[in-house]
Amino acid sequence: MTDEPLLEVENLRVRFETSRGVTEAVRGVSFQVGRERVGIVGESGSGKSMTGRSILRLIRPPGVATADRLMFSGIDLQALSERRMRAMRGRRIAMVMQDPKYSLNPVMRIGSQLVEALKVHERISKSKARERALQMLADVQIRDPERVLSAYPHELSGGMGQRVMIAMMLIPSPDLLIADEPTSALDVTVQLEVLRILDGLVKDRGMGLIFISHDLRLVSTFCDRVLVMYLGKIVEEIDASRLQDAEHPYTRGLLECLPAIGGSHEPLKVLKRDEAWA
Amino acid sequence: MSGPQSAGNAKIAVSDLSVTFTQGRRPVRAVKGVSFSVKPLESFGLVGESGSGKSTVLRAICGLAPVSGGEIRIDGAAMAEPRDKAFARRVQMVFQDPYGSLHPRHTIDRVLSEPLAIHRFSDREDRIVQALKDVGLDARFRFRLPHQLSGGQRQRVAIARALIVEPEILLLDEPTSALDASIQAEVLNLLTRLREERNLTFVMVSHDLAVIDHMCERLLVMRGGEAVEALERSALADHAVSSDYTRTLLTASEGYVR
Amino acid sequence: MSDMTHSERSGGLKAWLTSDTPASRFQARAINIWFAWRDLLRNPLAVIGIVIIAALILMAVFAPLIATDPPNRQDLAARLLAPGVDGHLLGTDELGRDIWSRIVYGSRVTLQVVALVALTAPIFGLVVGTVAGTLGGWTDRVLMRITDIFLAFPRLILALAFVAALGPGIVNAIFAIALTAWPPYARVARAETLTVRRADYIAAARLQGAGTLRIITGHIMPMCLSSVIIRVTLDMAGIILTAAGLGFLGLGAQPPLAEWGAMISTGRQYLLSHWWVATMPGLAILIVSLGFNLLGDSLRDVLDPRGGQK
Ligand SMILES: Nc1ncnc2c1ncn2[C@@H]1O[C@H](COP(=O)(O)OP(=O)(O)OP(=O)(O)O)[C@@H](O)[C@H]1O
Ligand SMILES: Nc1ncnc2c1ncn2[C@@H]1O[C@H](COP(=O)(O)OP(=O)(O)OP(=O)(O)O)[C@@H](O)[C@H]1O
Ligand SMILES: [Mg+2]
Ligand SMILES: [Mg+2]
Repeated sequence: MTDEPLLEVENLRVRFETSRGVTEAVRGVSFQVGRERVGIVGESGSGKSMTGRSILRLIRPPGVATADRLMFSGIDLQALSERRMRAMRGRRIAMVMQDPKYSLNPVMRIGSQLVEALKVHERISKSKARERALQMLADVQIRDPERVLSAYPHELSGGMGQRVMIAMMLIPSPDLLIADEPTSALDVTVQLEVLRILDGLVKDRGMGLIFISHDLRLVSTFCDRVLVMYLGKIVEEIDASRLQDAEHPYTRGLLECLPAIGGSHEPLKVLKRDEAWA
Repeated sequence: MSGPQSAGNAKIAVSDLSVTFTQGRRPVRAVKGVSFSVKPLESFGLVGESGSGKSTVLRAICGLAPVSGGEIRIDGAAMAEPRDKAFARRVQMVFQDPYGSLHPRHTIDRVLSEPLAIHRFSDREDRIVQALKDVGLDARFRFRLPHQLSGGQRQRVAIARALIVEPEILLLDEPTSALDASIQAEVLNLLTRLREERNLTFVMVSHDLAVIDHMCERLLVMRGGEAVEALERSALADHAVSSDYTRTLLTASEGYVR
Repeated sequence: MSDMTHSERSGGLKAWLTSDTPASRFQARAINIWFAWRDLLRNPLAVIGIVIIAALILMAVFAPLIATDPPNRQDLAARLLAPGVDGHLLGTDELGRDIWSRIVYGSRVTLQVVALVALTAPIFGLVVGTVAGTLGGWTDRVLMRITDIFLAFPRLILALAFVAALGPGIVNAIFAIALTAWPPYARVARAETLTVRRADYIAAARLQGAGTLRIITGHIMPMCLSSVIIRVTLDMAGIILTAAGLGFLGLGAQPPLAEWGAMISTGRQYLLSHWWVATMPGLAILIVSLGFNLLGDSLRDVLDPRGGQK
């Protein structure tokens, strides 16, 4: 393992130029990811997903992503041809999208989708692929993998769909995994199991992980480092274990509006946004 | 795990409810004999493992899931099959996913005016304006399409849609799981306020025990389609729980342990 | 309002159309149409398509003004004149009729075919597809089997069979084309319905007390509409060609009615010696088909919700 970071991003910007005006979703973001767990938190619409997508060059028109530097283990992602980028996406960088049910094909069985994904990446017989698919579902704590294989996406619960997506993204054993709210619909126990899998990959295989989430409690305990985004900028970068003593008023505000078990049942504090933070 | 149900004064009484889907040809038993009852004006929580049938219980109450056994009574009366318009006036639901529960091509105005048209309300204009105000949405959002709103704003539209027909019971399926902490706080405060103002009865699903603890007086823990145990809110804070599963849930809520 | 100067008012209209806080249902709708229109105009190919179709419509409406001669006036002394000779812009045919004028009048037939087919077949297909997709079960099976039967035959052959049964003539030809054109729309609409019918927003509508009719017309159809509209514009070329094909085979428009397909058919005999007789109407068909195809392609970019978001 070298000291060189897996991913370097410098001055990343995402703009949407539509006939209705220009929106800057990401405004000059720089960060590095090594073989570690980096969390990105921030409120809805702050540009977390767009940051993740632009690393994979998955911003759809009218959106445009630009960066001064976008290097992935010595490869300039911006200079790659679309074909090589596609290969990169499949094999070395993977992303779990925020909306599992929209990322799955609604009229195709889960099993066929998994088998198809497997066969893209390795030469494998159909029955072998099926076996692997079953194992993968069991790994993400799905209790009845046989049934889930023959189910359509709408026949799964919210959390099951999310886990299917995670299983699918781990097929190619990527070097970098971008997980966009991968556990938001999971109950806490299953959530921990899924995190354990991701953790194992980071520790044993040296995978890099970008973990996008709005769950501060989870990020502070699971990640190594946390980037806090607000209106398209990183307003704070902090060691996860020190998140409780974050300095930026926005981060502090986010922490204060969490309810707690056994807390008072008064109305929760809400965030007072300040123009100056932007 | 039900205990003696005094169905007489319960707002919602679910007894021995079973739901069986057919997937292809095989039956899937999503809910297996679950019983609970919710008192008038109470807020009742459902927590449990992913895939344990929480959403299905709510859908069954609304007649959106195939009930294969047991009974659901509201104010002591069984429900019409299929659910009729009168039912829609009394029971409304907010769905798990704010990205999926609003029609992508309907403006917020249309979303809110449709139930008013179905139930033949007269002063529709005033009611739409008021509904938006109630959930703290600016009037300028009224003619926007859902994709022009953030997740939290969409969820508030979904809540406004549910409340516009003035129901007595609101079923909330993970109303805040797609929202970040700051917006979660806004939505939870909003729900608490509306419950008091409108005298609502809540049934709320969440996988976040802290949210349930904040919102609900009593809760039911589910696993694998079955009820594990029913608890008072205070039991959560004191860790006074009897089943191992609930204990695991409580431990897990504290975060990831390396 | 009334004392506004003109420029202020047009500035007002512009602001009204681009406001992000519409004040009424009507304004909200107008804004959406306006932006879709503007997006469309940004695409040069779309503009070409729109210009071609607008030209077709103008040609049909003002045919008597644009044509240089009556379409059916024969002049046997001036048979098969080359383009440009004696003021015949595109030459004359075997009966000495001015080809340009016949093409201009022929655009009326083409437009009639396009408009009638576009109004009937997609709507019928949309209804069949959404009803089948929403109700499922045996309704679905029966409706889709019927659709499959229609789909199994090549369109021209089926249209031929219908015209043969109904008797030749332009009205029957349109009817036959509409009868053969709906199945693909039913398929498209059903496929789209299947992807949306389990969506939470449909369940939400049901929970609001909406009946099946309201759900199909108000919630499911709008989701299928853009795929169907795109498909229609892309199909227009094929429909024009089918109409021309029927005309070519003598089963569509009957002589002496000017119709592009029939014109090619008669010009065919002179193809080697007098190429323009068949080629000019052929070019007209080509250009109009191209126009619809270009428009359809660009509509896909503007209307397809998946292109815009995500
Ligand atoms: N097609 C688009 N046109 C214009 N603006 C867009 C478009 N897509 C996204 N945006 C804007 O980009 C910004 C960032 O969006 P992004 O999805 O990255 O937010 P996020 O931080 O992931 O939020 P969430 O927690 O809700 O997922 C938002 O303000 C959004 O309005
Ligand atoms: N239409 C359906 N057909 C077949 N099985 C279904 C259908 N809908 C749900 N199920 C199954 O029923 C079970 C319970 O699902 P449900 O959505 O109620 O879970 P949940 O407790 O809400 O989970 P989550 O917290 O993940 O949302 C799951 O195993 C799911 O696969
Ligand atoms: Mg996001
Ligand atoms: Mg659920």
